[in-house]
Amino acid sequence: MPKRTDIHKILLLGSGPIVIGQACEFDYSGTQACKALKEEGYEVVLVNSNPATIMTDPEISDHTYIEPLTPQFVEYIIEKERPDAILPTLGGQTALNIAMKLSEAGVLEKYNVKMLGADCDVIKKAEDRGCFKEAVLKIGLDLPESKCAHNMEEARAAAEQLGGYPLVVRPAFTLGGTGGGIARNKEDFEKIAALGIESSMIHEILIEESIEGWKEYELEVMRDNKDNVVIVCSIENLDPMGTHTGDSITVAPAQTLSDVEYQKMRDASLALIREIGVETGGSNIQFAVNPDDGRMVVIEMNPRVSRSSALASKATGFPIAKFAAKLAVGYSLDEIRNDITRETPASFEPTIDYCVVKAPRFTFEKFPKTDHILGVQMKSVGETMSIGRTFKEALQKALRGLEIGHTGLDNKLDYKKIPKEKIIHRLKEPNASRIFYIKYALQAGMTAEEITELSKIDIWYIEHIEQIIEMEKELVKVFNEKKEIPRELMKKAKQYGFSDQQLSQIMGCSEVEFRKSRKEMGIVATFKVVDTCAGEFEAYTPYYYSTYEDEDEAVIKDRELTAQAKSPRKKIMILGGGPNRIGQGIEFDYCCCHAAFALKEIGYETIMVNSNPETVSTDYDTSDRLYFEPLTFEDVMNIIDVEKPDGVIVQYGGQTPLNLAHPLKEAGVHIIGTTVDSIDLAENRERFSAFISKLDILQPENASIFSSEDAVDTAGRIGYPVLARPSYVLGGRAMKIVYDKEALLSFIDEAKDVSEGKPILIDKFIEDAIEVDVDAISDGENVYVAGIMEHIENAGIHSGDSACVLPPHTISDTLIEKIKKYTTDIAIRLKVVGLLNIQFAVKGEKIYVLEVNPRASRTVPFVSKATGVPVAKIAALIMAGRKLESFNLGQYIEPEHISVKESVLPFSRFSGVDIVLGPEMKSTGEVMGVASSFGEAFFKAQACANQPLPREGVVFVSVKESDKRNLVFLAKKIVDLNLNIVATRGTAKVLTSNGINVKIVEKHGKDKSNELLKMIQGNKINLVINIPSGEKSQSDMRTIRAAAILHNVPCITTLQGAWAAVNGIEAGKIKKLTVNSLQRYYLQQKEFMGQDSQETGSKRTGEE
Amino acid sequence: MKKAILYLEDGTSFVGQSLTVIGETAGEIVFNTAMSGYQEILTDPSYSGQIVTMTYPLIGNYGVNEQDIESAGVHVKGFVAKEFCRRHSNFRATKSLIQYLEDNNIIAIEGIDTRALTRHLRLFGAMKAIISTKDFDPESLAKKIKEVPLMEGADWVKEVTTKEKYIWAEEGKCPVVKSGKSKYKVAAIDCGIKFNILRILTELGCEVHVFPANAEYNEIMSVNPDGLFVSNGPGDPSAVTYVIENLKKFFGVLPVFGICLGHQMIGLALGGKTYKLKFGHHGANHPVKDFVYDRIGITSQNHGFCVDIDSLNKDDVEVFNLNLNDKTVEGIRHRKYPVVSVQHHPEAAPGPHDAQYLFGHFIEMMEKNRK
Repeated sequence: MPKRTDIHKILLLGSGPIVIGQACEFDYSGTQACKALKEEGYEVVLVNSNPATIMTDPEISDHTYIEPLTPQFVEYIIEKERPDAILPTLGGQTALNIAMKLSEAGVLEKYNVKMLGADCDVIKKAEDRGCFKEAVLKIGLDLPESKCAHNMEEARAAAEQLGGYPLVVRPAFTLGGTGGGIARNKEDFEKIAALGIESSMIHEILIEESIEGWKEYELEVMRDNKDNVVIVCSIENLDPMGTHTGDSITVAPAQTLSDVEYQKMRDASLALIREIGVETGGSNIQFAVNPDDGRMVVIEMNPRVSRSSALASKATGFPIAKFAAKLAVGYSLDEIRNDITRETPASFEPTIDYCVVKAPRFTFEKFPKTDHILGVQMKSVGETMSIGRTFKEALQKALRGLEIGHTGLDNKLDYKKIPKEKIIHRLKEPNASRIFYIKYALQAGMTAEEITELSKIDIWYIEHIEQIIEMEKELVKVFNEKKEIPRELMKKAKQYGFSDQQLSQIMGCSEVEFRKSRKEMGIVATFKVVDTCAGEFEAYTPYYYSTYEDEDEAVIKDRELTAQAKSPRKKIMILGGGPNRIGQGIEFDYCCCHAAFALKEIGYETIMVNSNPETVSTDYDTSDRLYFEPLTFEDVMNIIDVEKPDGVIVQYGGQTPLNLAHPLKEAGVHIIGTTVDSIDLAENRERFSAFISKLDILQPENASIFSSEDAVDTAGRIGYPVLARPSYVLGGRAMKIVYDKEALLSFIDEAKDVSEGKPILIDKFIEDAIEVDVDAISDGENVYVAGIMEHIENAGIHSGDSACVLPPHTISDTLIEKIKKYTTDIAIRLKVVGLLNIQFAVKGEKIYVLEVNPRASRTVPFVSKATGVPVAKIAALIMAGRKLESFNLGQYIEPEHISVKESVLPFSRFSGVDIVLGPEMKSTGEVMGVASSFGEAFFKAQACANQPLPREGVVFVSVKESDKRNLVFLAKKIVDLNLNIVATRGTAKVLTSNGINVKIVEKHGKDKSNELLKMIQGNKINLVINIPSGEKSQSDMRTIRAAAILHNVPCITTLQGAWAAVNGIEAGKIKKLTVNSLQRYYLQQKEFMGQDSQETGSKRTGEE
Repeated sequence: MKKAILYLEDGTSFVGQSLTVIGETAGEIVFNTAMSGYQEILTDPSYSGQIVTMTYPLIGNYGVNEQDIESAGVHVKGFVAKEFCRRHSNFRATKSLIQYLEDNNIIAIEGIDTRALTRHLRLFGAMKAIISTKDFDPESLAKKIKEVPLMEGADWVKEVTTKEKYIWAEEGKCPVVKSGKSKYKVAAIDCGIKFNILRILTELGCEVHVFPANAEYNEIMSVNPDGLFVSNGPGDPSAVTYVIENLKKFFGVLPVFGICLGHQMIGLALGGKTYKLKFGHHGANHPVKDFVYDRIGITSQNHGFCVDIDSLNKDDVEVFNLNLNDKTVEGIRHRKYPVVSVQHHPEAAPGPHDAQYLFGHFIEMMEKNRK
C-alpha cells in the first residue's frame, strides 16, 4: 500500500531530558523518524524539551517546539499547529504516556488528531498489567503467576495468595522500572509495594511469582498494516532475570536457544503483537526461560521503539525507527528498501555473522551512599556496544569500551587477595563488577558449575571466560619460556579480544612498543561490514567493526573506489564520546554529528568512530563511514592505519577523545583544530595559572599540590573555603568545596585513586559569586562569542547541574563587554582553533576566570538552540581550514527571547542520596524553556524538568542562618502571589517579625514529631525551598529533601533558585503561556553559514 | 586438534583446524545463513554431497539432542564454522556437537574466516571443495578436486531415498505423538524427505506412506492415497528423470504437493526448465510473497537449483510464490489440476513457521478432491 494521503501534518513527540532509562536512543529514533517523514513529504511538527538532541535541530523538522512535554503544553501546540496525526511510539515511555493522557482527555478527538502506530487501546492493552495478562493467556502463552493491586490491602492479600517470597513488584506505566523491586521477605514487601503504588502513573502494581535466575531474552518485532511481521533481532541477557535489562550485559543474537526454542519464541512474539494489535512499527517483547526445563514465559511488551530497538538497529544494521515511521504512514515492509543491500526489501529478518555484546555503564561513584546492588530498577546511565567474531572478542572489546579503566577482561584486582566470601557474594548478588568476579572466581579455582549455581549465569558464558583465562595462562607461560610470543598464538590472542595493553603487560613492554612489534609480525586488525545479511548480498553501506581475520573489507572498498578512478576526497575522522555517563552524554554526540554533517556537506569524507549504540552518531546515515569501535588508542589507531585520514577531530567527543589527543599526536596523527599543546596548557593547572596571570585577568588563588602537608599549608595561606579537585576530570568528578582542614585531609584521602600520580588542585572558593559560562568559536585570529550564560545558582555548583539563562539577566553591559574581551584574549592567546568554553565567576565588579576548556562543551547545543547559530558546525569547518570571516556572523547579538537551561537529576534512582547540589556533577540531562520573559522561560524549564512550579498551594521554606535576611523579600513575594508559607520555627520567626503570615511546622526529628514529613507525604506541600548551610549538610532536612523527591514535590536548594522560582510562579500565574517554534524565533535571523569561495573537500585541511 | 585445509576448486584455500575426525572429504561448498538449527541442517538429506559453512560464527552452543533430527543420519560431507562450541548449554542437549560430528565421522573445520569464504562464494558461486587434514599440497588437491563430481546432472536422490516403502510413525522412525485417527492417506515420494514434513502431515491427520523415489505409479496408487507428496532432496532435479516422468501420471489424478526438489521436479514435469543458481539459497530469512493468500512469509530455504520463471507455460501454470530478494520462483500451481509446489520449506526445521499454512492448503486440496 502506498503512503497515506489523508494526512499531511504529523506531530512527533520526543522523550525529553536524558534520564536513567531514557537516553539518547530516543534522539536516534526520533531523528530517524523526522527524516523519514519529511522524505515522504509530510510536514513534521516536533516537540521535545531537550535542546541537546539532533531531532530538535531546526532543519530536521518543519516546526520544532522546545517546550515542556506535558499534556498541557502539547495541547497548546496541537491547538496552534493543528496536525492531522500524532506519532507517539518513537519518544519512549514519555511520549506514549502523554499521547495516552491527551487521548483520554479528549484532546485528540477535539482537534481531530489520529494516532499513528499504536492507538490508545493498544497501548493500554500492552501496558496495563491486567489487560496484558488477559491478552497473553488468551493466545495460550504462559506468564509468571501474578496478581494486581491498587493499594496495600490488595497487595498484602495478593502476596498471601501467591504464597511465599521472593515476590516481584512491578508498577504499571513507569519507565526503567521506577519503583519496582524484588521483595525477599514481608518487610521488604511492605516497603517496595508502597513505593510501587506511589510511582505508578495509575497507582497499580503487579505482584508476581519470582522467576529470578531464569534466562532472559528480548525479541525486536516489526509489523506493518498488511500484517506482515518480522523479527529484527533476538537478544540474550548474560545476567539472568532479576537484573533490569538496561543493567544487564546482553548479547545478540540469542546464543543458547536451539532453533526449536527460538522458533517457539518467535511464534509467541508474532501472536502477541497481533493480539495486542500494534498496527505498525516496532515492539519489544521480553521472555524468560527456565534453564532446567525450557518453560517459556512472557515478561512484558513495549508497543514502541525502545532502548533495545536502538541496540538491535545498531547490532544488525536494520533501522527500526526509520522503518517504523514509514510503516506508520501506510507503507508495508516489502515496499521499503533495505538501504544496506539496496536490492532487497525490508520484509526480511536480518541475519548476522558476528557476536554483539552490550555492557552497561554505571555511575555509583557519584552516589557513594547508595547501594551498588542491581535489581529490577534500572541504575545504569549509559552503555557501550561491541562487535566481534567471537563472544570472547566482543566481550573484551565491550569491557575496554566502557572506559572505566579496564583494558578488557583484565586483572584489575589480584584474585589471590580477594577473600572467597567476597567472591561468592559478588557472584550471588548482581552488581556492576560481577563479570570480573567470574574471572577471579575461576582463577581462584572455582568451577564453572559452581559459578553458574551461584550467579545463575548460563555456563556457556562462564566457559568463554574460562577460555580467556586459559589463553592468558598460555601467553604467560610461553612468554616466560621463550621471551617472545609466536605469531600463531599472538593472532589467536587477538582473536580472543585481548587488547594491546593486556598483551603488553604480559610481555612487560609499553603499549606502543607492543603495537609496533605486533604489526611487524603482520598481525593487524581487519574490518568487516555490518550488512544485515551475513554476506549473502553486496553491502553498500560502509559500517565496519574490527576483528582479526584474513579479509579486510574496508581496504577492499577503498581499492574499489580507487579503481573506479573517483578522485579521492579528503578524509576527516571524528572521535565520539563512547558510553554516556554523568558529565559526558548526548551534548557531545550532538557536536560530533554536527561536525559530520558540516564536513560532509562541503565534500569531505567523514569517518565516525564511536561505541555508543544509543546515539545518532552511530547511525550509518550520519557520516560517510562508521566504525563501531571502542575509543581506545589501539582501536582508533587500527582504523587510522586503514583509513589514513587527513585530519582527526578530538575536541568534540568530551574527555574521551581528548585523553587520546596526546598519544595520537605522538603516533604522528594529524589532529585538526586547537593543538594538543594548547589543550594541555588549558588543562594543566600550573601552566594555565601562569598563562592567565600573563593576560592580566583575575583568577582564584590556586595551587597544585602533591602531598597532604602541602595541601594544608596552601589552604591555610589562601584561606578556606577552598575548592579541591583532581586534575584532568570531566563533570567535576570528585570535586568538593571544603571548609576546614579536617575535610581537606579526608578529601585527599578519598581522591587518591581518582587520578593517580597527578596532582590535586586547590582553588580559593569565591563565595556568593555569579557564575557565567561562555561558549566561543575561534579560528586563531578572530573570535566569535557564541553565547553567554548566567547561572541561576551561585558559583560552587557544577555548571552541568545548575540552571542558566541566556542572555544573562542580572549582569551589567559593562561586565558583559569585559567578559567578551577576556574570552577573545584567552582564545587568541591560547591559539584556539575550534570551540572554547570559559567559566567565569563574577563578584561585584570583579571577574575571575575559573576554567577554560578548549573543546566542545556541554552547553554548545543549548547555545545553538537559543541563538539559532549552528556553533558546532561552524567550528568544525574552521578546524578544517575555513576562517571566521567567511561566515555571516558579525558581532554576537543577544537574542530577544529568553532561554533557560535546567538540569535533570537522577536522585529518585539512588535512594539514600542527598539531593543537595555541589561542585561534583550529578545530573543526567537537561531541558530548555524558551519564552519572551525570564519568569515564563523558567516556569517552562521547570515544567520540562518534571519539577512543575505550583500556581497555588503551600510553599515550605527553611533557609540557613545567613540567608534569613534575604528570605524576607522573597517570602513577601510568595505571599503576594497568594501562596501560603509554612516554615520551621527559626525561619518562621524571622518572617513573622517582618509581618509575613507563616504557619509553623516542627522540623522532622525534634520531639519525634514529623508533621512536615507527613505533609509532604500527603501531598500538602507544593514546593520546598530548603537552603542547607554549606559547612555540614543538615541531616534532619535530608529526610525532607528525600521525601520531596520521592513524592515529586519540586525542591529548591539555593536562594537564587528560589528567586527564579518565584519569578516563574508569577509568570505562570499571570500570563497565558504561549508556545512557539524555533523556526519562528529564528525568523528574523539570516543564513550564517556563508561560503568560502576556495573551500572544497579536496583542499588541504588546517595545519596543526 | 589437527591442522586442516579447506581447498576450493578455484585454488583459493583456507587453513584452520579439524576438531573431529582426521582424513579428507570433498563436495560442493555452500553457505547457510541461519543463526540456529545446525542439527537440523546436518541431518537434512538435501545437503548430501555438500560441505556446509555456517555464516554465524559460533556453532554448537546448545549441543545436540535426540529430537531435532531431520533424518536418521548426518548427510553433509563436511562442516565449516568460525568456532565450534567447547561447552554447550541447553536442557535438552544430550551431547556436544563436536562429539556428534565425530560419532558420525564428519570432518569439521574451524578457525577460518568464514565471512571471507562466504563473500567468495557469493562473488564466484558455489563450487567444489575439499577439506583435508593430511594433504596440504595445492597441486595434489587440485588434481583430487577434478575427480569430485559436479552437482549439475548428478542424481543424488538414489543415495538418500528409502530402500523400502514404510508408513511413518508406525515404523518408529522417530518419536511422534499421533493426534487421533488419520483422516487422509498421503503417499510421499521420498527423495530425501525431512522428518518434519512427516511430523506435520501426521499432526494434521494424515497417514503418510513413504515410497522409494523409483516407486511405480501403480504401486503408489495401490494404497489408495488421497494425495501425493513429493519431497525435498539433494542434487540436480533434472537428473531424476524417473520421478519426473512418474509425476506426470498423477496430475489430474491426485492432489499433488511438492517441496523444494519436489517442486523443481513438478516444474519439470509440467514442462518447465530448471537451472543452477550461482550460490543458491540456504538460510532462514528469505521473504516470500504469496499472491494467493496475499501475505509475506519469512521462509526457510535450501536449494541450489531453481525453476526458470520464463520456461513455464503460463496458460497451465501460475507462479503464486515469489522470492522478494531476487524475484525467483518460490511456488507454482496448476490452473486446472490440484497441483501445488513450493521452493521454500514450509516445514521449517530450522527456520520460521510462517509458511506452515501451506500444509493446510494441501489438506484442503485433498478434502476438496474427495467430494
